[in-house]
Amino acid sequence: MNIKFIFKAISVALISLSLTLISAVSFAATDVRIMWYGDGDKENVPIAAQIDEFNAANPDINVILDIVPYDAIMNTLPIQLAAGEGPDIARVTDLGGLNKYYADITPYVADPSYYEKSFGPFLNWYRKSGDTTSIHGFHSTMTVTGPYVNKTLFEQAGVDLLGPGATWEEWAAVSIEVAEKTGTPIPMAWDRSGHRVSGPAISMGAKYFDSNGDPKLVDDGLKAMTQMLYDWHQAGTMSKDLWGSVSGSKYHAPNDWWNAAEVVFMMSGSWQIGRFANEVGDDFDWWAVPAPCGPAACTGMPGGNALLAFNANPAVGKVMDYLSSKEQLSSFIGQVLAIPGHLDLQVDYQTDDPNAKHALNTFAGAVPTIDQVAFDLQAHVDNRIMFNAIISRLGQAIVGEMTMEEAWERMDEDVEKQLKEKYGG
Amino acid sequence: MENIRNQIKKFFLRILNIPFAFLMHAIDLIMWPIQKIIGVRNMPYIFLLPNLIFFGLFVIIPLGANFFFSLSSGDELLFAERELPTTKQYDQLFDCESYLNPNTCTEDFFWRGVYNTIFFVVFQVGLMIFFSVLTAVILNKKIIGRGFFRSVFFFPVLLSPVVVGLIWQWILLKNGAFNAIIESYGGDKVSFLTDPSWAMASVIFVSIWAHMGFYTLIVLAGLQAIPPNLYEAAEMDGTSRERIFFRITLPLLMPNLLVVFILASIKGVQTFDEIYVLTGGGPGTSTSLIVQYIFTTGFASSGSVQNFGLAAAASMVLGVVLLFLTLMQLYFSRNKESKHQEI
Repeated sequence: MNIKFIFKAISVALISLSLTLISAVSFAATDVRIMWYGDGDKENVPIAAQIDEFNAANPDINVILDIVPYDAIMNTLPIQLAAGEGPDIARVTDLGGLNKYYADITPYVADPSYYEKSFGPFLNWYRKSGDTTSIHGFHSTMTVTGPYVNKTLFEQAGVDLLGPGATWEEWAAVSIEVAEKTGTPIPMAWDRSGHRVSGPAISMGAKYFDSNGDPKLVDDGLKAMTQMLYDWHQAGTMSKDLWGSVSGSKYHAPNDWWNAAEVVFMMSGSWQIGRFANEVGDDFDWWAVPAPCGPAACTGMPGGNALLAFNANPAVGKVMDYLSSKEQLSSFIGQVLAIPGHLDLQVDYQTDDPNAKHALNTFAGAVPTIDQVAFDLQAHVDNRIMFNAIISRLGQAIVGEMTMEEAWERMDEDVEKQLKEKYGG
Repeated sequence: MENIRNQIKKFFLRILNIPFAFLMHAIDLIMWPIQKIIGVRNMPYIFLLPNLIFFGLFVIIPLGANFFFSLSSGDELLFAERELPTTKQYDQLFDCESYLNPNTCTEDFFWRGVYNTIFFVVFQVGLMIFFSVLTAVILNKKIIGRGFFRSVFFFPVLLSPVVVGLIWQWILLKNGAFNAIIESYGGDKVSFLTDPSWAMASVIFVSIWAHMGFYTLIVLAGLQAIPPNLYEAAEMDGTSRERIFFRITLPLLMPNLLVVFILASIKGVQTFDEIYVLTGGGPGTSTSLIVQYIFTTGFASSGSVQNFGLAAAASMVLGVVLLFLTLMQLYFSRNKESKHQEI
């Protein structure tokens, strides 16, 4: 065996190894990473099953589902994206706020017109100003904010539920009456969220924008609603334990009190239906009721969450096509008991719970009554800045750190300051 | 028999030594030429280099980046996309009609954080020292189960702040364990975490509970270092217990108490996680400290503009405070060392 033979043998071995590695890399599946928050197993299990099914049918694509808490979507994802990192797709609720990071997947989806036909009005919520054609993703579920009542408590108190057209003041009055008659500690509880306050504020006449379409938060309508919320807290109609338990703009929901039947009237939204169906069960009857009225409207806020792409490539397009297909969406919505964001979807809801069925009908029926201001606000790229200003300053006023006058002044200043930081000036 | 055992032991030690010997030879191959070039006297710098590289990467560079962030504005994360340089963030932080009234400041959340932090540190550190001394004095006596009690008081130090926050939240919530006990005795529920007048007291209490064990240990070490003959002499003179404590124990404990004071102050200024879990900074902003302001402004804006520049400026201010406290600690500990050497 001479030295030439050894060199030849080593060369052959190296070439073979290189070819093996190159072929292995060429045939490796493309990874598509999805950052997903779900409302517990109710949402996480169906999506995981769909992803497994997709991976089995598409060996060339490997979809990785990262299930994260909602806080990670709100606080970690924007930083990842700002640093040029982040997932390929994420389930997002700040639909306009992250639009500078969305990728246009139009060239990679099988039929762009399907997205326009199926999710048309929502696509503009994701697009940058002036853009009317890009496709960034699709609405996973649509949501509408609105109240629920503990129907059993109303029956026990012998108080009739109010019908459509009832005002916020009337709902507050009957909630107090029911609480007093049944010994329930909390007549009214709201999600601690500026988004939740905004529907009722619009009902009271809040406009949110000036004549140029620029954000102008505080007006008589917003003052009327926030003053009402402040008064309810001082009078004990709403418990300070909920909104006072955190600071700033932190979201907090009164589900624990609701589930324990300690709340007569809860202001939240359609996304709670599946959760209530699971958690409340047969403990008491709960009904969704139409959005209470103010002088200007009887509206909730639209919303929802969307699966949006941050990278555009054929694999991402294929995943989006699969998850947005009628078959998959219908199956998902049917299991999670939500309102579809798809405009032409027949959903077979998988529940026998009459409360859930009634709530689904109530919220689906509320969609046409949503005020245009609410749609404009939801579609606005800086709506979160306004929502956060409302809730953080109102929270401070409620616990006595400032007066309502000071809180309104601060709300406007906060919005102005944030917009200056964002857009310069 | 002993000889065979030694032979076997030596054999295994040699085998175990092979990888180390191999590694040392490999290092020697690298170090020898370096030593040839730079000389033996400069070799310590080479050994310090790995540590310095990590220190630079994870401390010095982030510190510099933070400083530059504080001199920039915009909502972009990358320097190339930010407006630079500007003192806007510092101007905004310190823009107040009256520093005594946060409501008159542009960044009122920052100033509320400052005042809450001062209040928290003053009471938490003061009470912590008091209870640490009290506990250490008791644990220094010959009581039954002394070892057990020493472990019990130290145990909370081992817990993660998040665990501490969650445990006490479960106890102090309106529907929590403590209120259940109060109710069972016919009392009314107390909003320990959601009433502004109770919330700060609650977080101070929890913080003392969580950290007292560590400081008790330092004080205990100080107590044990006091020569027993001083106590014997005092007893022979018929000195009262109070007088012994105030004239012997406390003066001789002072160096330890100073260390406890400075360490607890530094830790107190940095407090964030257990309070964030316990109250989220609420109700309103009544338990929101400076670090929470920095975190919320820079990273947890829930959809608002993530103001990295403002958060960086606030952290620079906090850094100056911590630097002052650290220098104090260094000064006093060196003072103490030199006094020991004099003795």
